[in-house]
Amino acid sequence: MIETTDLCKHFDGTKAVDGVTFSVDKGEIFGFLGPNGAGKTTTINILCTLLTPTSGEARVNGYDVSKNPNEVRKSIGLIFQEPSLDDRLTAEENLDFHGMIYDVPKGIRKERKKELLDMVDLWDRRKDVVKTYSGGMKRRLEIARGLLHHPKILFLDEPTLGLDPQTRSHIWRYINKLREEQGITIFMTTHYMDEAENCDRIAIIDYGKVVALDTPDNLKRFVGGDVITIKTTDDEKAEKEIGEQYNLHVRRDAGGIHLEIENSEEFIPQFISSFSTKINSIHLRRPTLDDVFLKLTGHEIRTEEASVRDRMKAGMRMRGGH
Amino acid sequence: MFWKAVYVICLRDIRRFFREKSQVIGSIARPALWLAIMGTGFNTVFSSSGSDNYAQFLFPGIIGMTVLFTSVFSAVSVIWDRQFGFLREMLVAPVSRTSIAVGKTLSGCFQSLIQGSIIMVLSFIVDVHLSPLIIVQVLAIILLASFALTSMGLLIASRMPSFEGFNLIMNFLVMPMFLMSGAFFPISGLPAWMKSIVTINPLSYGVDALRGVILGFHEHALTTDILFMAGFAIIMTAVAVTAFNKAE
Repeated sequence: MIETTDLCKHFDGTKAVDGVTFSVDKGEIFGFLGPNGAGKTTTINILCTLLTPTSGEARVNGYDVSKNPNEVRKSIGLIFQEPSLDDRLTAEENLDFHGMIYDVPKGIRKERKKELLDMVDLWDRRKDVVKTYSGGMKRRLEIARGLLHHPKILFLDEPTLGLDPQTRSHIWRYINKLREEQGITIFMTTHYMDEAENCDRIAIIDYGKVVALDTPDNLKRFVGGDVITIKTTDDEKAEKEIGEQYNLHVRRDAGGIHLEIENSEEFIPQFISSFSTKINSIHLRRPTLDDVFLKLTGHEIRTEEASVRDRMKAGMRMRGGH
Repeated sequence: MFWKAVYVICLRDIRRFFREKSQVIGSIARPALWLAIMGTGFNTVFSSSGSDNYAQFLFPGIIGMTVLFTSVFSAVSVIWDRQFGFLREMLVAPVSRTSIAVGKTLSGCFQSLIQGSIIMVLSFIVDVHLSPLIIVQVLAIILLASFALTSMGLLIASRMPSFEGFNLIMNFLVMPMFLMSGAFFPISGLPAWMKSIVTINPLSYGVDALRGVILGFHEHALTTDILFMAGFAIIMTAVAVTAFNKAE
């Protein structure tokens, strides 16, 4: 349904998207995972015909995005990262605008309007001007609108930004229903790992390049087992000891020593009994996509726009959470 | 689908127009104030020099002013749409950019027609009598002038990414167009430099045509006025549609 070949987009010399190649099958939920500024939104904008690529090719529903933009637009639905509602119109009027401009027949429009507004819990507020809505309500309305014309491919740019878990699960249920009934394909971007877990396949993108593309399970397997975090009275000495004794790759930061190991259940008892440095704590967990990202790129998913101080704070929080 | 898109875009603008109560009230109050205050104030100057009723002379100029501001504002609302994201909703819709541009232009014309009609209701303030024929002619001229001015505004909007340049446009284009259109004073006695600006200003021809139809007093022949505005409208629409297709 989506196919790109060596897609590039340069802005005044910066390579926002730098040779991206991937393909998405019908009915698949495909995720683009990466930090802000990695090129996710730029890729979406090319795929939905808002930007023309500098070089390379992209086809959506079989149509070339540069040569046949109108056919592409008919096939897709979009839920943008930033608001794109008319806040002086009511929810209903926003949906009507959308339905009419996408040529949804009146009867069907009415039916779906009810169905979708019920789904996002806004039916009672349909006659209110969008200006009076909270951020989360606006987001829900946008999602309802993006689904109104039953697109073949749905693009979701950071879909659950600012949504409560209940609505999130409502929306995923509806999307899964559409997928079963109509084989809708979903392309989403996110920098939340837990959200990426919903995907059938994930492309990890960093600095405009796809660094890995596989199912979430395969990606996690790539990390090479479980992640163990050890805190000792002398981390520096402990790091050296582990290096000498087990010949393992270790990483040390303020949160302790991190190692990845295949058979952690057997390793831990043996490790504790033979280790000479005093151990304060041991923490074992299954790998997450965070670990995959870290291993592939050498850095954690971070917010590009955040100031250095914010980033440090976030870093502390993340480490503290281990 | 082309005309349906045009219709939907117009419908949205018109809904917005009537929703803003302050805008509707303003559109009645502004011309009424201009006519009542400027008309009365300058009437004393004019009557002491022994010429005609100034308030009546001003009346077509106020229609012209309103058409200018309504048209330009309705066109540059595209910049608002860009700022608040709604433009993207329109641009990714399966309709041509041309239909969006045409929709915006026609909605500007429609708003000008409404505003123009409101001012015609105010004609009693300045004691101008409008026959049904004159009303139809005035509406036709408003439509043409508005078409020309909205497409000009659309051209500006498609070239302007944010509202930062808006003041520049207001001060160095819209205000001079308004002041040097013959809305306030007859253009016959002006110095050459000012006259040359008035001559290339499309609004001058609109005001002149309106004054000719309403008061029977004009500088150019009605056909000259209409041809100039139509020419300007066609060129501006062509350029604006091209610019709009290229933008983003």
